[in-house]
Amino acid sequence: MTRRYVDGTLELLGPLVLVAAVGVVGHFTSSARQLEFENALVQTAIVVAIYIFIGNSGVISFGHISFVALGAYLAGEMTLGAQQKSFVVPNLFPLLRDHTVGIVPSLALAAAVGLVYALVVGIALMRLSGLPAGIATFAVLGITYNLLSYWTRIGPGVQALPLIPQSGIWTLTVGTLVAVAVAFAYQRSRVGRRLRATREDPAAAQAAGIDIYRHRVVAFALSGAVAGFAGGMLVHELGTISTAQVPDLQLTFITLAMLVVGGVRSLWGAVVGALLISGLDQFLGDAEQTIHIGFRLHLPAGTRLVTIGAVMALVLILRPSGITGGREVRLPRRGGSHGRIAAVPTAPG
Amino acid sequence: MTYIQSLIDAIALGALYGLVAIGIALVFGVMRLINFAYGELITAGGYTLAYLNGQPAIVGILACIGVVLALALVQERVAFRPLRGASPATMLVATFAVSFLLQAVFLLAFGSRGKTVGELGRLNRAWHPGSIHVRWISLVSLAVGAVLLAATTLILNRTNIGLHMRAAAADFRTARLLGVRANRVIVFAFLLSGLLASAVSILLTVQDPLVTPDYGVQVTIFALVGVVVGGLDRLLSATLGGFAIGFATSFVGDRLPTSSTQFLPSVIYGLVIVVLLLRPSGVFAPLRRAAVERV
Repeated sequence: MTRRYVDGTLELLGPLVLVAAVGVVGHFTSSARQLEFENALVQTAIVVAIYIFIGNSGVISFGHISFVALGAYLAGEMTLGAQQKSFVVPNLFPLLRDHTVGIVPSLALAAAVGLVYALVVGIALMRLSGLPAGIATFAVLGITYNLLSYWTRIGPGVQALPLIPQSGIWTLTVGTLVAVAVAFAYQRSRVGRRLRATREDPAAAQAAGIDIYRHRVVAFALSGAVAGFAGGMLVHELGTISTAQVPDLQLTFITLAMLVVGGVRSLWGAVVGALLISGLDQFLGDAEQTIHIGFRLHLPAGTRLVTIGAVMALVLILRPSGITGGREVRLPRRGGSHGRIAAVPTAPG
Repeated sequence: MTYIQSLIDAIALGALYGLVAIGIALVFGVMRLINFAYGELITAGGYTLAYLNGQPAIVGILACIGVVLALALVQERVAFRPLRGASPATMLVATFAVSFLLQAVFLLAFGSRGKTVGELGRLNRAWHPGSIHVRWISLVSLAVGAVLLAATTLILNRTNIGLHMRAAAADFRTARLLGVRANRVIVFAFLLSGLLASAVSILLTVQDPLVTPDYGVQVTIFALVGVVVGGLDRLLSATLGGFAIGFATSFVGDRLPTSSTQFLPSVIYGLVIVVLLLRPSGVFAPLRRAAVERV
């Protein structure tokens, strides 16, 4: 086998094995703790979805939690029984009101709605880049939040959507594995490589005949589909959803921070960042309630958020390219820095 | 007459957002950094005022300025100086992280219920020329906004450090080669933006006296949107952008039929998207081809 295939296999297997391990360990823990593993899995799926666009294109987006939210609401509404809908969400559009499907089809629908929404947004906005792109996608998030909060034809408005059937940790594990596999397939595909070329040098890529706009739209739509899918997983994990959870500003920042802390330029970075921050978050949350890890650990309430914030800020300050440095899983190479991209010193100061 | 009323309210809110916009744009100019943690400067000022409630107003105001300036310096030294030269996405997310951290600290230190600022509340009283209803704070906001904008412009155009800042904003590397001291310029920009943040704290706590850990977030986000819509590259266009978003929010909110005011954010964000698509380098930016940013 040539080095290329070894690298490719590792690039896929590394994240897959890590995610599967979380699922397996989660399966054998107590049911109270299982919820934390499920959280970590769903957050990983969301971060991987965001990575598909931001990591490959180098363009920032604050809008992805919109697609997560739409997927979550649609998957939730489509799995509620007709009778439950009549008192929880009586004003829904007939199409949403009169049909009920199972959990797996609802995930497919969530992916579809994410795809369509992201495609529409992408076609409109992908000519922008840099900060205007960031602010425009942020505006999309604002609109989604506003409509989901108040438009009772598409959701329960300011109330929560309760009573949604919950799925087990296996469904969530498989779902996250699917998200990782899609991200891998995309970044190794021809369109994915072209987009990565535009990330490195837009002018050169354009000169080589790559249509930047079209490739960004494709990545945005695919990443929207995975985000919608992850939203479906989220709603079936929690069993309830409200606009205080998605599309929320806090979730947008946390997932972006997970991606950047892990290393925005690699799938490995996305998975590692999501699992680390999520794991730390759950651990500190438990420690606030007192846990026993050989000794008794009790942290005062509020330390969780402070520590998470401090860790994120520290990693970004000390290691701006993320924990993984934006590299995929690789065998150690002879010759040291071969294959690395040297940091370009553009630093003022 | 109600039109005039809406106009006055809109101008007052616009002035406040304009002030936030200058603070954000000043730092962006010299450092290419959008400081999202700017909101926490405003919040810190608010808490200072709240804890000095019984004291004379001038004590509260001076303490507020001092605390906010100190926090601005700490932000620059601890968080943003090591990040100089990192990619824009990393810097932006790092400022989110700092903002998140400071909010968590506020939550831990002061609780989630919030503290009320009372001292300057009498500025909320209204003045009634004819059938219009003008709160004094609107006039004060407008006056403070105008004075601070004028002062900032004077500093930038008439002093040495201002000249250095403008040089750094135009081309940081060349400016350094010509002897502009990077740290001095950046620290000064942070101080100036901190001063503006403390002014915003003082004005904002009069209208909205309940200070919570996320107090400054909303106004910062809106001003940030305004700054980008207006045009980040020049102080004036950024300020006008901030003013415009405040003005539009207040004015459109007054004019929408009551049944649909809850959809106001959608209307504003929709306008933002349309404007960005038409003029990605900013509505108030000078007309030229923005070839670099477009693909």
